[in-house]
Amino acid sequence: MHLITAKTRLSPNVTRLDVQAPRIAEIRRAGQFVIVRRGEGAERIPLTIADSDPAAGTITLVIQAVGKSTRDLVALEPGEAIRDIAGPLGHPTELITAGRALCIGGGVGTAVVHPIAQALARAGVNVTSIVGGRSREWVILEAELRRCGDVVVCTDDGSYGRKGFVTEAATDYLKSGRCDIVYAVGPVPMMRAVANLTRPLGVRTIVSLNPLMVDGTGMCGGCRVSVDGKALFACVDGPEFDGHRVDFDLLAERQTTYREFEQAAAARPDHDCRIGLGQR
Amino acid sequence: MHPQRLTPKERLQLSRQVMPAQDAAQRRANFAEVNLGLPETLALIEADRCLQCKNPRCMLGCPVNVNIPRFLELLSQGRLPEAARSLLHDNALPAITGRVCPQEIQCECECIRAKKGESVAVGHLERFVADWARAHPEAVPVLTAPPSGRRVAIVGSGPAGLTAAGELARNGHDVTVYEALHRPGGVLVYGIPEFRLPKQIVDQEIDRLRQAGVKIECNVVIGRTYTVPELRARFDAVFIANGAGLPAFMNIPGENLKGVYTANEYLTRVNLMAAFAPDADTPVLRPRCAVIVGGGNVAMDAARTARRLGAERVVIAYRRTKAEMPARVEEVHHAEEEGIDFELLCAPLEILGTDRKWVRGLRCVRMQLGEPDASGRRRPVPIPDSEFVIECDMVVSALGTRANPLLTATCRDLKLNERGNIEVDENGLTSMPGVFAGGDIVRGAATVILAMGDGKRAAIAIERYLLETKA
Ligand SMILES: Cc1cc2nc3c(=O)[nH]c(=O)nc-3n(C[C@H](O)[C@H](O)[C@H](O)COP(=O)(O)OP(=O)(O)OC[C@H]3O[C@@H](n4cnc5c(N)ncnc54)[C@H](O)[C@@H]3O)c2cc1C
Ligand code: FES
Repeated sequence: MHLITAKTRLSPNVTRLDVQAPRIAEIRRAGQFVIVRRGEGAERIPLTIADSDPAAGTITLVIQAVGKSTRDLVALEPGEAIRDIAGPLGHPTELITAGRALCIGGGVGTAVVHPIAQALARAGVNVTSIVGGRSREWVILEAELRRCGDVVVCTDDGSYGRKGFVTEAATDYLKSGRCDIVYAVGPVPMMRAVANLTRPLGVRTIVSLNPLMVDGTGMCGGCRVSVDGKALFACVDGPEFDGHRVDFDLLAERQTTYREFEQAAAARPDHDCRIGLGQR
Repeated sequence: MHPQRLTPKERLQLSRQVMPAQDAAQRRANFAEVNLGLPETLALIEADRCLQCKNPRCMLGCPVNVNIPRFLELLSQGRLPEAARSLLHDNALPAITGRVCPQEIQCECECIRAKKGESVAVGHLERFVADWARAHPEAVPVLTAPPSGRRVAIVGSGPAGLTAAGELARNGHDVTVYEALHRPGGVLVYGIPEFRLPKQIVDQEIDRLRQAGVKIECNVVIGRTYTVPELRARFDAVFIANGAGLPAFMNIPGENLKGVYTANEYLTRVNLMAAFAPDADTPVLRPRCAVIVGGGNVAMDAARTARRLGAERVVIAYRRTKAEMPARVEEVHHAEEEGIDFELLCAPLEILGTDRKWVRGLRCVRMQLGEPDASGRRRPVPIPDSEFVIECDMVVSALGTRANPLLTATCRDLKLNERGNIEVDENGLTSMPGVFAGGDIVRGAATVILAMGDGKRAAIAIERYLLETKA
């Protein structure tokens, strides 16, 4: 049992939970995730470890409520508990230790980019973050990212920061000077667009993939993605990969496997979710 | 009590008792256990069929040398508590092995009566005695020794890990089992379906271990949460039994289409995550026609699961013939009764998809058996121009599993063979002092009973190691 110690709403459908998991808090590194099962009968879902406080023994999960399982999770209140948390899983982020890095977060993907930006900044890397959201209220973790370096905010409707997609701001940044590496995490179309942008420039681009998972230990193969034409398991070989080699079309297709099932679940009376960006 | 002992001649006249089973038409639509268990009257008659050989060959056929004639004799005399104690002394998980062991190539194939007729139904009787013991826990008390003060870590809660845990706890050691998933049992809970091995039986065995003092920590992934060297530093000895959880792929085009599962994923969704229930949180696809590629127990389990989830047609595609199928004969027989189609001498070439990337068929080629290969089995070779398509909307690859590198990759001192399995000596000792291994991680995908045998052997070796290293 993992006690929830704090809960904050970051955007209309993104919630932050601080949860007790002392061992994971102690050893987790940027880029790693946990598999969470809320309670008996619940699904196993992967969630990035957005932050941790080893002294308090807590990890931070940032959850976008898109389906039944995530909705049930964010319905939990401090004092309640999550039944199962396994991790830290996946490989830590490949970090550079000097130079200039661009971190791009779309929607809840910003929560994945944040620990990366944090680790880079700690290592002395010059970090610029670009974060996007539909409108002002959907932009998350801006203040936290400002502690790591410059931040450019983009909203689709221009209600805050630049109007337009993160890729436009990224284009400007890449034109403005040297960039050693790009980290991009968000919905598949966003990661694909960033990869397409950096490929001709030869700028190394790391993306974090979010296929469906079950065990998270390499046992089921359900999380397979195609990288350079090779089947790799996102849970053990990733979740981060070279964005220039990832087959994003396949990833997007496979993510829709249970769409009908989700729609059926959504049609049940207890449903109140708003379809958001890709689940993570 | 049985009135009197039968003469050998009388015993020979008894014919093999038939295991009652759920009717095939009915069970196709439910997940309840197929075999219903012998009633006591039939079990006693069946036990009387044992000739009590002087040199019981059945015991040699058993990978853990269960004293079969002894428990059958006690059973035939109606002395059930003693039969149960005898069986449990030799085999820690008889309710499980009685259901899933390939008896026809072990004890029963060695049975002298099989030479001229039908063997004694050892598996069914093992199950009978084990189920009696489950219903009468007071007759088989959990034995414990005074605490030894020594600590042993076990990685993985499949049959190998559970068996070792039981043996070591019985000797008073402080045993902690680390399990990556949220529920202990290994393949017994995530792979083998409810209709063949009710999960309640596994849970009950695990409860017995807990009563004996074994601690089980779930959601701990060794290689991630802790490494083997970290465990070694905190425990006096370590037993690695993390199974062979890495699915093999067919390596044919179309394997990433929607509707293609590995058997591990398909069975885990249905068994561990209970996706068979219509309102389960974890989804699973419900196809009209499913093709399962493979010929082992895993393939039979996947096929029969698809049948129960409502598939109109289920096809098992296998490269060789029925005679070469590695599955237990009873599973093949049950699958046939449930109306599963067998495409034999059939190898998959490509999975065909719709433009929306869903499976629409499996292109196959007809095979024939050629020269024997290294394993002595005749190698299937494709027949030219014999391609055909099986129309389907789900394909499950049940081609076996290999060693999962998650743990071994974080412990470079562990010597592996070229297939990634951990190398051990005849006592289960690895290349690291105090670190033992057994089960599928050593053997590659094998059987429950072999994994248990490894667990028992390692427990004995660990016992000796703990004595030698006593401060
Ligand atoms: C569908 C199916 C049907 C089968 N049917 C039969 C049958 O009828 N008869 C038969 O004899 N055999 C059968 N087998 C084979 C049999 O189940 C295995 O040989 C046996 O379970 C192996 O036991 P084990 O203890 O070595 O490993 P497993 O049962 O695989 O258990 C290993 C455990 O370790 C855990 N683990 C893995 N990695 C880690 C880690 N890094 N940290 C912590 N824990 C970890 C796993 O989650 C798992 O719980 C079947 C297998 C399958 C898949
Ligand atoms: S989630 Fe099962 S292999 Fe990655």
